[in-house]
Amino acid sequence: MYTRIQHPLHLSMQFMLLFSRQGKLRLQKWYVPLSDKEKKKITRELVQTVLARKPKMCSFLEWRDLKIVYKRYASLYFCCAIEDQDNELITLEIIHRYVELLDKYFGSVCELDIIFNFEKAYFILDEFLLGGEVQETSKKNVLKAIEQADLLQESQNEEWGGLSEDIL
Amino acid sequence: MPAPIRLRELIRTIRTARTQAEEREMIQKECAAIRSSFREEDNTYRCRNVAKLLYMHMLGYPAHFGQLECLKLIASQKFTDKRIGYLGAMLLLDERQDVHLLMTNCIKNDLNHSTQYVQGLALCTLGCMGSSEMCRDLAGEVEKLLKTSNSYLRKKAALCAVHVIRKVPELMEMFLPATKNLLNEKNHGVLHTSVVLLTEMCERSPDMLAHFRKVRILRLLRILGRNDDDSSEAMNDILAQVATNTETSKNVGNAILYETVLTIMDIKSESGLRVLAINILGRFLLNNDKNIRYVALTSLLKTVQTDHNAVQRHRSTIVDCLKDLDVSIKRRAMELSFALVNGNNIRGMMKELLYFLDSCEPEFKADCASGIFLAAEKYAPSKRWHIDTIMRVLTTAGSYVRDDAVPNLIQLITNSVEMHAYTVQRLYKAILGDYSQQPLVQVAAWCIGEYGDLLVSGQCEEEEPIQVTEDEVLDILESVLISNMSTSVTRGYALTAIMKLSTRFTCTVNRIKKVVSIYGSSIDVELQQRAVEYNALFKKYDHMRSALLERMPVMEKVTTNGPTEIVQTNGETEPAPLETKPPPSGPQPTSQANDLLDLLGGNDITPVIPTAPTSKPASAGGELLDLLGDINLTGAPAAAPAPASVPQISQPPFLLDGLSSQPLFNDIATGIPSITAYSKNGLKIEFTFERSNTNPSVTVITIQASNSTELDMTDFVFQAAVPKTFQLQLLSPSSSIVPAFNTGTITQVIKVLNPQKQQLRMRIKLTYNHKGSAMQDLAEVNNFPPQSWQ
Repeated sequence: MYTRIQHPLHLSMQFMLLFSRQGKLRLQKWYVPLSDKEKKKITRELVQTVLARKPKMCSFLEWRDLKIVYKRYASLYFCCAIEDQDNELITLEIIHRYVELLDKYFGSVCELDIIFNFEKAYFILDEFLLGGEVQETSKKNVLKAIEQADLLQESQNEEWGGLSEDIL
Repeated sequence: MPAPIRLRELIRTIRTARTQAEEREMIQKECAAIRSSFREEDNTYRCRNVAKLLYMHMLGYPAHFGQLECLKLIASQKFTDKRIGYLGAMLLLDERQDVHLLMTNCIKNDLNHSTQYVQGLALCTLGCMGSSEMCRDLAGEVEKLLKTSNSYLRKKAALCAVHVIRKVPELMEMFLPATKNLLNEKNHGVLHTSVVLLTEMCERSPDMLAHFRKVRILRLLRILGRNDDDSSEAMNDILAQVATNTETSKNVGNAILYETVLTIMDIKSESGLRVLAINILGRFLLNNDKNIRYVALTSLLKTVQTDHNAVQRHRSTIVDCLKDLDVSIKRRAMELSFALVNGNNIRGMMKELLYFLDSCEPEFKADCASGIFLAAEKYAPSKRWHIDTIMRVLTTAGSYVRDDAVPNLIQLITNSVEMHAYTVQRLYKAILGDYSQQPLVQVAAWCIGEYGDLLVSGQCEEEEPIQVTEDEVLDILESVLISNMSTSVTRGYALTAIMKLSTRFTCTVNRIKKVVSIYGSSIDVELQQRAVEYNALFKKYDHMRSALLERMPVMEKVTTNGPTEIVQTNGETEPAPLETKPPPSGPQPTSQANDLLDLLGGNDITPVIPTAPTSKPASAGGELLDLLGDINLTGAPAAAPAPASVPQISQPPFLLDGLSSQPLFNDIATGIPSITAYSKNGLKIEFTFERSNTNPSVTVITIQASNSTELDMTDFVFQAAVPKTFQLQLLSPSSSIVPAFNTGTITQVIKVLNPQKQQLRMRIKLTYNHKGSAMQDLAEVNNFPPQSWQ
């Protein structure tokens, strides 16, 4: 038998952070309640730890009582914290799937897209994961839902008046 | 009033800032504009302003004044507003904020909205960060949505329910009826999230059943089979099939395979399946992807105690991982390698481990050195090999060796009487070129002091004896004394060594006298005191000098564990004799022996020599009994009445457990199942067993202490007592700290001599500091598997 840490209330994913190679935060999704101060501390420490990793190192590291799974895509680091009994390889797949979704939505996504359209990155994430768990395994369905929601937004803006330009 | 600047425009502007100060200025300006906009209750651009606020929040600037605005956005009828509002809520309004609860009503309304995307927003927000109160208030709405005909909403409601249950476990009951239909889901999205929901429920209440898919299915299987034999049996076939049929060319395949392995390990699977799982892990080790190698090593480490033989088969692959570039992989490979060392593979493994010690990063060296010492102590095929191995460690990683290694090594060397000449010669040669590695120099100085006469007389048998003069020996010792690389402790060793040589050397006594007198005025108080005392020896007590500085007797192996001598046993080199070897040379009048201790005592290297030269095992056991409270031993020699009459076929209850974890292949004599001897308050101690190849009455127990709490346990001391008919020997622990979160263990070896083949019983006492208080516990260990003592 494994020696397991007993976590009666486990969340599959505790948080996901996206940050640049200079350590600038581009997205933060927290699935556990923490104060702003704690979030800042965790972010600072983790960003430092991940940025210090050499390219040949594997994508997993142990940090506090969590497992960290990270992968760099071009200039952006995608970093997830999972609990001890979770499957790291699956988490890598989840990260990859999220990047694929972003790529399909923005068309050859790059960091700038995430910077200038961060709210959309969140919307896409929220169609893919809910409460730290995968809610939809089909890429097509996730993108369809986002498309429909965007259409709804546009049509409402039109109603209100003016061009269907970006209200933001 | 001009329209507020657009979001993307603001982002562009802020990014042109060249300094932090410039950025701060821009932010402050914009925040002021946003604040006045909020004050004017501008509905049109509220979402734009909040969006900008969220961007600035991500840069690290305060955004709390936008919290109420998020609520207003959520309450708006416009979808854009709601989208931004809920996003803002998730970023700014966690359950610690007072205004958090104000969301409840809005969410409730939106859960019943006519547009599914609005309902979706509400479900998502609730499922991400809803507090317990909110969950309580809204559970009913979520439950309703679980039964809606809209699959998009059912899917989200299932995961939202998961969050509700995690926050308020008592509410699980109310979701049960809805889940029955989820079993027949056709929609894949809903099916997937339903499995998550069912998994969560099953983890909390074992009487659930469900249908599922791929990884989630396996996860569920893991839980179902955990303590249930029937389910486990049914699953064996499925798991075997999944394991053999999964395509591994893509990472997804490997992830599934990995989940399968985890499942197999978790349930009560038959041993064939476990071997299959371990072989999968073995294949993972050969994978090009370092991530896969990493998870394989992690899993193997967790299973090496229970499935030892199966893991042994992959030993060479594991050893290859010592050369991996990734630091975490190397560490795991090292830990695993130490776990796999045994009497049969010690020579080969030690070669690899010594090479690793040579080339690994400094952060590993201390642990590796300790591990090598431990392994060498357990499995050394010969004394010469043992000493050579120690020498190799001292010369390659000398500065990383732990402090307690020095006295242990000295003890080992002392007790290897026939190797003295060889050892001192090798040590002398080792420090000739380089005397900067303190542990090496300390051991060398001690040995030269003791066996310097053998060195100069060229008596070595094991290798070509070297020609050394007394002066040359004193030269090196004096160099150590003078060198500013030598620590105070090392200097102490050197000075004492020089002093001892005054009775072993013939031509250089005057030189020694001179050296000693010089240090009588050393600034180092410790050195000064010694020198003064040695001076006194020369001047006033010269008649006692030769007796006092005599060769050290063979030392009894004592634990360096606690303040008192816990268990006394015979010297560990011969298993048979139960009496202590008397000191090999010369008269030892007890009063002078005491003087010896006083004079050379305070010297932290001298292991404690018991004042009663012959040990009485029974009374030593008696002291132990006093220490640990009384153990009722009157019944012990007979063990239980039944076994006395049926000695070989006794059926203690754990025999069956022993069988089910018996490996299929038995190429090594061992294969004794390990036990959890103690598990309480987050501290767990596991025993693994081996029988000595050379002496069937000796059982070697390796204990591993781990700590699952969130704070380290320090000053950890493990003590043990056994009934009178046994003999116990406790070797030094690997450290005194049990790190938190199971990030490391303390390892310690116990050797038990059981000549009468009695049923093994043990009392253990644990003391440690945890969370600022001193902890202590007594426990009895009764679940020793019969193979460990029969």
